[in-house]
Amino acid sequence: MILSVRDLRVSFRTHDGPVRAIDGVSFDLGESEILGVVGESGSGKTVSLLAVMGLITDPNATIEGSIRYKGRELVGLPPRELRRLRGNEIAMIFQDPMTALTPVYMIGWQIAEQIRAHRGVSKSKAMERVEQLLAEVNFPNPHEAMSRYPHQLSGGMRQRAVIAMALSCDPALLVADEPTTALDVTVQAGILDLVRKLRAKHKSAVVFITHDMGVVSELADRVMVMYAGRVVERGTRTELFSDPRHPYTRALLGSIPPLTGQKPRRLPAIPGSPPSLLRLPQGCAFGPRCPVHYEPCEASKPGLGSGAHAAACFRVAQA
Amino acid sequence: MIYAILRRFGQMLFVMFGISVIVFLIFFATPGADPAARIAGRNASSEVLAAVRHSFGFDQPLYVQYTRMMEKIFVTGDLTSFVNRGWKVVPAVMDSIPVTLSLVFGAAVLWVMVSIIIGIVAAATRDSWLDKLLMALGLLGISMPVYWLGEVMNLITQSRYHDSWAFSWVPPLGYKNFSDDPKGWFLTLVIPWITLAILYIGIYGRVLRAAIIESMQEDYIRTARAKGLSEARILFRHALRTSLIAFVTLFGLDFGALVGGSALLTEVVFGLHGIGKLTYDALQNLDLPMIMATVMYASMFVVIANAVVDFIYILLDPRLRAS
Ligand SMILES: Nc1ncnc2c1ncn2[C@@H]1O[C@H](COP(=O)(O)OP(=O)(O)O)[C@@H](O)[C@H]1O
Ligand code: SF4
Ligand SMILES: [Mg+2]
Repeated sequence: MILSVRDLRVSFRTHDGPVRAIDGVSFDLGESEILGVVGESGSGKTVSLLAVMGLITDPNATIEGSIRYKGRELVGLPPRELRRLRGNEIAMIFQDPMTALTPVYMIGWQIAEQIRAHRGVSKSKAMERVEQLLAEVNFPNPHEAMSRYPHQLSGGMRQRAVIAMALSCDPALLVADEPTTALDVTVQAGILDLVRKLRAKHKSAVVFITHDMGVVSELADRVMVMYAGRVVERGTRTELFSDPRHPYTRALLGSIPPLTGQKPRRLPAIPGSPPSLLRLPQGCAFGPRCPVHYEPCEASKPGLGSGAHAAACFRVAQA
Repeated sequence: MIYAILRRFGQMLFVMFGISVIVFLIFFATPGADPAARIAGRNASSEVLAAVRHSFGFDQPLYVQYTRMMEKIFVTGDLTSFVNRGWKVVPAVMDSIPVTLSLVFGAAVLWVMVSIIIGIVAAATRDSWLDKLLMALGLLGISMPVYWLGEVMNLITQSRYHDSWAFSWVPPLGYKNFSDDPKGWFLTLVIPWITLAILYIGIYGRVLRAAIIESMQEDYIRTARAKGLSEARILFRHALRTSLIAFVTLFGLDFGALVGGSALLTEVVFGLHGIGKLTYDALQNLDLPMIMATVMYASMFVVIANAVVDFIYILLDPRLRAS
């Protein structure tokens, strides 16, 4: 196991009261496995992985639970130790390539900066490596690209540069937070191909965050569906797509009632909107939008259970 | 990049030309007023009036008058003040330039260095007692009128405590030429530098703190953290570097204005005969040629300072280099 998260809880103190953004999330990630994390905006995908990276800097945040990376506990690790892992063994790609790079430095310099932060190599050695990396992420002219500033590149090219940077120290774990959401559809496919290819080459495990079921179906080995800070369903990709159990997963797949034959791949709009984390219902958080909710759903929150393919729903438990 | 700089330089010349025309028109072509009478001053004899009219070309078309004026200021340098009985204006301006430049330049070095340190320390220790203390001191610096502060400084260093060990080194008020007496130049200016800098240290320290804190919220700072960089490196190489852009804007405006004469109060309190003092006296005496010359000088410094800021911008922000 590369990563093992147990009962992760993240809450923020805000003006309007405490917000429990992540409420008891557990998952495992094997070597060179791709885990897809899906859910609507605000379901806690980003926060849970930022917690893994030790990147929640908000002083009003409290993080509880356990995050083990290769058996080593990360929660409560001194910042220095954590910094040695970040960018080196665990790397992250963020959603918006337009703002993810410092505007005043050249691409090559920014990638070399990361290499030199973790490896005691000379500037010229680092630059050689940068050129290799840029070639690997399909820059047509890697040498010339090194001396480009971020604003001189298109969104897709910037995201490639960010990916090259993330891979620069051969991380064992790569977290990609909606890396294609801000890009054109035509560019998206190229980036997904790249992630797949690089995973095969570098053997990194990948956590791929997205709100797009289509992306999950193309890329993920296993899938975790999140809603209002909790995991509502998990399973292998095949299990999830051929036998979705949680009403939310089905809604995401646009398969209520379950249909045979071709399933739509894009995320359809689900009626209603996610609940405010400040006023979560006592029972199942999906209750107000659930087409099949019934009495037990009001009283308490359904648990996920321990199975490999599991769903947090009273209907499922009953069936 | 060379092209951008050349173009900016051309713009600068054009703006200076525009300003000189406008200033000229305001002073010498205001309908209903006789510029010769104003230049000659109150109670001027008719011979003086006639001499002025002829020498400035007021009996000729406007463009001739304008060229004469510019010639007198920039080429022959023989523009004469009639109010002050034949005082040559251009040498007077030339004499006061080094005084103002010494005052403002030294103060600027001081305020830039100190405010950068304060801004960084306050931003890095955000919301701590140190941050609050620094910001309160900054506010105090901003709210002290420079004239009052200067008087207090003089009271302390020139009279009350002048004989104590702390201030016995402070020379009497006035300016010493750097070339004649570098040590004297430095010592006479120390107290004026501090006085002038305090206000700007307050402003710049607060502005830089705010800019750094704003930068620290940017996505690229999160990227920098994800790269595993140290907090110090993130602060200096990423947050501070991008915050300097706002800092430089402000600096260009203030530096230009101060060199152009707004250091007047400091000059007066410390008996420094700089451009501010010269302009002030000229205004008091309605000494038109002198006002003309100092205004031209001041606007030129503002324009040059702005151009320099634009060059620094181009160096600091690669996004501005393309177009
Ligand atoms: N610093 C913070 N302070 C308060 N609430 C936060 C903070 N960061 C995130 N949240 C809340 O946590 C929830 C989960 O956010 P996020 O993980 O970004 O969702 P997702 O990535 O799934 O769209 C959201 O409701 C968001 O408002
Ligand atoms: S527990 Fe109830 S409300 Fe929640 S998803 Fe299942 S059926 Fe719907
Ligand atoms: Mg997100």
